Amino acid sequence: MADKPFIHPYIPNSVPATKQAMLDELGLSSVEEIYAEIPDRLRCKAPLDIPPAILAERDLRRHVQGLLDKNASCVDYLNFCGAGCWQHHVPSIVDEVINRAEFVSAYCGGDYSDLGKYLTRFEFNSMLGELLDYDAVANPIYDWGDVAGRSFRMARRITGRDKVLVPSHMSPMRLMEARTLCQPESMANSTKIRFYEWDRETGMVDLEDLRAKLDDSFAAVYWESPGYLGTIEARGAEIVEIAHEHGALAIAGVDPITLGVLAPPGALGADIACGDIQALGMHMHAGGGCSGFIAFKDDDPVFAQECPLELYTVMETATPGQYAVAEALAERTSYGARDQGKDWVGTASGLWTIAAAVYMAVMGPQGFRELGETCIARSHYAAKLLGEVPGVSIKLSPSFFKEFVVDFSGTGKTVAEINKKLLGHRIFGGKGLSAEFPELGQSALYCVTEYYDQAAIETLAAAVKEVTA
Amino acid sequence: MSEPMKNAAQEKLAGLARLRRDGGVLHDYQAPRWDEPFIMEQGAPGERGILVPLAEDDVTAAVGEAADYIPAGMSRAAAPDLPEMAQYQVLRHYLRYSQMTLGMDLGSDISEGTCTMKYSPKMHEELIRGHRAADLHPWQDEATMQGLLEIVYETGQYLKSISGMDAFTLQPGGGSHAVFTNACVMRRYFEARGELDQRSEMITTIFSHPCDAATPMVAGFKVITVMPDENGYPDLEAFKAAVSEKTVGCMITNPEDTGIYNPQIDKYVEALHEAGALAFTDQANANGILGYARARDAGFDACHFNLHKTFSSPHGCEGPATGAYLCTDELAEYLPVPLVTKVGGKYHLDYDRPESIGRVRGFLGNWMGVIRAYAWIRNMGPEGLKEVAEISVLNNNYLDNLLMAVKGVSRPYAEGHRRLDQVRYSLEQLKEDTGVGTEALRDRMVDFGIQSMWMSHHPWVVPEPFTPEPCETYSKDDLDEWAAVIKKGSDEAYADPQFVLDAPHAQPIDQLRRTEAMEDPEQWAFTWRKYKRKFLKQT
Repeated sequence: MADKPFIHPYIPNSVPATKQAMLDELGLSSVEEIYAEIPDRLRCKAPLDIPPAILAERDLRRHVQGLLDKNASCVDYLNFCGAGCWQHHVPSIVDEVINRAEFVSAYCGGDYSDLGKYLTRFEFNSMLGELLDYDAVANPIYDWGDVAGRSFRMARRITGRDKVLVPSHMSPMRLMEARTLCQPESMANSTKIRFYEWDRETGMVDLEDLRAKLDDSFAAVYWESPGYLGTIEARGAEIVEIAHEHGALAIAGVDPITLGVLAPPGALGADIACGDIQALGMHMHAGGGCSGFIAFKDDDPVFAQECPLELYTVMETATPGQYAVAEALAERTSYGARDQGKDWVGTASGLWTIAAAVYMAVMGPQGFRELGETCIARSHYAAKLLGEVPGVSIKLSPSFFKEFVVDFSGTGKTVAEINKKLLGHRIFGGKGLSAEFPELGQSALYCVTEYYDQAAIETLAAAVKEVTA
Repeated sequence: MSEPMKNAAQEKLAGLARLRRDGGVLHDYQAPRWDEPFIMEQGAPGERGILVPLAEDDVTAAVGEAADYIPAGMSRAAAPDLPEMAQYQVLRHYLRYSQMTLGMDLGSDISEGTCTMKYSPKMHEELIRGHRAADLHPWQDEATMQGLLEIVYETGQYLKSISGMDAFTLQPGGGSHAVFTNACVMRRYFEARGELDQRSEMITTIFSHPCDAATPMVAGFKVITVMPDENGYPDLEAFKAAVSEKTVGCMITNPEDTGIYNPQIDKYVEALHEAGALAFTDQANANGILGYARARDAGFDACHFNLHKTFSSPHGCEGPATGAYLCTDELAEYLPVPLVTKVGGKYHLDYDRPESIGRVRGFLGNWMGVIRAYAWIRNMGPEGLKEVAEISVLNNNYLDNLLMAVKGVSRPYAEGHRRLDQVRYSLEQLKEDTGVGTEALRDRMVDFGIQSMWMSHHPWVVPEPFTPEPCETYSKDDLDEWAAVIKKGSDEAYADPQFVLDAPHAQPIDQLRRTEAMEDPEQWAFTWRKYKRKFLKQT
C-alpha cells in the first residue's frame, strides 16, 4: 500500500488531490503539523498489530460470512432454550421498518428533524403502557437485570429506605446485574438485597416467608411473573397488599408478551414494573436483542422525578391539531445533572423500541391473546410428551406460560450429557439448572413458544427419548 | 487565523451560502410533512396486522384449554387497548414516520459532534441480519458459536493493539455502560485490596462526558469535578490538589469535548499513581487519534471505546450500542463474566473468574456491534485506521477555517492550538448582537436538510455552544455545505433575527407549544391514554 495511495470508498477526502487542496487552503504542508498537538513522548510509535486490510467489499463479505457460517443458528437447529431470551416469531414488517436507513442511522437529532423517531418512541411508550396498564413508560435501557437494579434504586430514593426484598428464585443473572448497581453492602449508599423464599412444589413465592421477612425498613418487594423457572405467579395482588402494609413499594418483573392473556402488573396494583421487550419483535442476537423497560402509574409525580430513564411527553405545536414529542424532566438525568442526576442514561437500545412499536401495532389485542394461548398450549404439550419419557418428570406448578422445569434425574444422565447428545439431533435443549438451583437435581429449563409447531415438539420428545434411553 | 486567510474564507463562504439554483451549495429543502395521526387513533375493530400460529387440534385435545392453566385472578380481564390495524396500513404509518426522520444517512450529520456520525457500511447490516448472527441463542453450546466467538475475540485483540491495553470485555451495552464498568472494576480492585473504606472519591473534568461523573456516583463514589484553566485544559494544579489517599482514580476524556488534546495528560496520571489511585480515560472520541496515540502510552490503566462511534456501528436511534472496555493485566481479573478466551484453537466463554465484578449486562452483550466493528477494522487495516484519524483531523481543521470566518462565531480557549477531531464553538457574540443563540440556529439549520447540531453537554461552560465533528465520512463539498449553512444562519440572524427565532420553517411540524409539559406534572402526558384522559377528556 505504501506505493499506492489509500483511496477508500468510505473516505472521500482520501483522494490525494483533495487532501492537498485542503492542506493548501489551511497553509499546512501535512496533517503532521496538526498532530504536533500530541507530544512525541505520547505518540504511538509501533504499527498497529492488525491484519492487512481486506479492501474489496466482496472479499470482506466472503470472509466475515465465512466466520458467521461456523455458527449453528436457531434456524439451523430446533431451539428449546429460553431463560430470559426467547425465540418468538419476528414479523417481516418489523425488520422492514427497523432496517430503514433513516431509523438505522439516526441518533440524537432535534425535535423537528428526527420527529418520526420521537413519534414512534411515544407510540411505543403508549402501547407498552396499554399492555402493562400504566400511564408512564420510560425510554428503555440495557436489559431486564439492569432495570431491576435501577427499579430497586428508584424505590430507595422514593422511600428513603435502603433494603429491597426479592424472591430467592429470581433469575440469578438478573440478580448479578442488580447487585452490581446496588453496590457492595459496606458502602454507605448501598442498597441491600434480602431474600424471601419460594415454594419448591409450585415455583411460586412463599407468602408466609415474605410476611415473616418484611418489615417497615424495606423500600420495595420484588417478584417476577412468570418467574425465571416459568411459573405464573398467582398471588401478585397479595404481594402488593403485603408490601403496601409495610409502606414498601411493589415492583413486578414481567415478560410483556404474556400480557395478552395474563393480568397486567398495573391491574395487580404494582407501583413499578420492569422487564424486557426482547420478545416483542426482536431477534435474539445471542442476547443482544434484549432491552429493559421501567413503567409506573404516574399518579404521584415523585415516580417520574425519581425515574432514572428518559421520559417523553406529547405536546402541541403552533398549528392546531399537530403533535410533537419532547423529553420531560431532562434536568434530572445524568445529561442534565451529571453526578447529581438519577443514575445515568446513555445510548442503549433505541432501535428495539421501534421494533417493539411495530410489533405491538400488528399484533393488536387479538394477536397477543392468540399468541398467549398458543404458547401455553404448545409448551404444555411439550411438557406432557417429555414427562412421558422414562426417567423424565416435569417439576413445579402446571401454571406456566412457555417455560417449565424438566427433571432428568431419573434417567441417570446429566443435563450436560443430554444436551450434548441433542446437538447430534440438531436440537438445542433447555438451560441446565443444576448450577443455579442444585435442589432441582439434573433439571433443565425448557422453552416452547408459538415458533415451534406440534411436529417440532414431537421431534424433540423423540430425540429426548432416544438420548436418555 | 491570518487576515488574508480569513478574507479568503469569508469570500468563499459568501459564494457558497446561497441556494444551489443561485450558484451556492444550500439545498432548497422541505421535510416530508405527512400530518400522520398516532397509530393508536387508526384502524378499526377486528382488523388484523398479522395472524399467529394457533395450537393444533391434537395439541388442544391432549392438553385442553390454555385458560385452564392460568391461576384464578391472573387472567387478563380487559383486552389491552392496542391498535387493530391491517398490515399495509401499519407499514405505511411507520414508513411515513421514517420519512420524517432525517437521521444521518440523509442529513449530512457533521452536526452531532462527540457522536462521530460516520458512515455505517450497508454490507455490515446484511451480515448481522443473517440467521447465523441474528437467530443465535445466548445459551447455545459454545461449540455452536465458534464463528461469533472468534469475531469477538479477534476484535478484542485489535482493540488491545489500538489502546495498548492487555485485556478486554465487550459485554457493556453502550459507551456509558462501559464507563460504568470501569467504576465497578476500580471499586472491586480496591475492595479486594481492603481499601474501599478509605478510597471514596473519583475525579473527573467538566469537559468529560456526563457519564464520567454519573456512573462513579452510581457505583457509590463521591465525584470531584475539575474545571478548565484559562487555556481550556483541566487545571493541573486543581487536579493534583484533588488527589489524595481518598482517591479511587480519574475518569476523564482526552481530547475533551472541546477537541483540545491535553499534552500533559501523563502528568495527571502520574499524580494519581503516586497516590495509589487508578486512571481511566473515556475514549468515546478516539476517531482522531487511531494509531496516533494510545491510552496505555499515557499511563492509563483502562479505557473504553464506543463501537457505534469510532468503529462504524450505526447509532440506531440511540442503540443498540456496544461498549468496549479495556484494561491492564492488573485489573483483568475483575472484568465481568463471561470473558471470551482462546485455548488450543477453540474459543470459550470463561465464567470461572472468582474476583470478577459479576455482570453489568445479561447474557453476552450487543455483539451485532462487534460483528460490524470487526468487519470495519478488517476493511481498514492498520494503514486505513490511521487514514481515518488523519482525514478526520484534516476535515475538522478545514471546517474550522471556514467557521471561524462566520460573523458571530468564536472558538474559546487554547488560542494558537489546533483541535483534533471536533471543536466546541460559541455563538455568544451572535446572541449578543442579534438575539439568535445556538438553539434557534439549531432549529433553523434543519430547514436546509442538515441534521440539527449538537450543542454541548451540560452545564454550558462555553456559552451558546455548538460542537460539529466532521469525521472521515464527509467530503470537502459536505464540509463546505455545512459551513455555508452556519454562514446563512448568521446572515439571517443579522438581517432578520425574528425569522430565525420563528424557525423551523420547512419541517414536518411547526414550532413546539405548551413546553411547560416538559416540567409540570399537570401538563405532561407520557402515554396517549394519559393524554386522552387529561386533555381530551376521554376514558
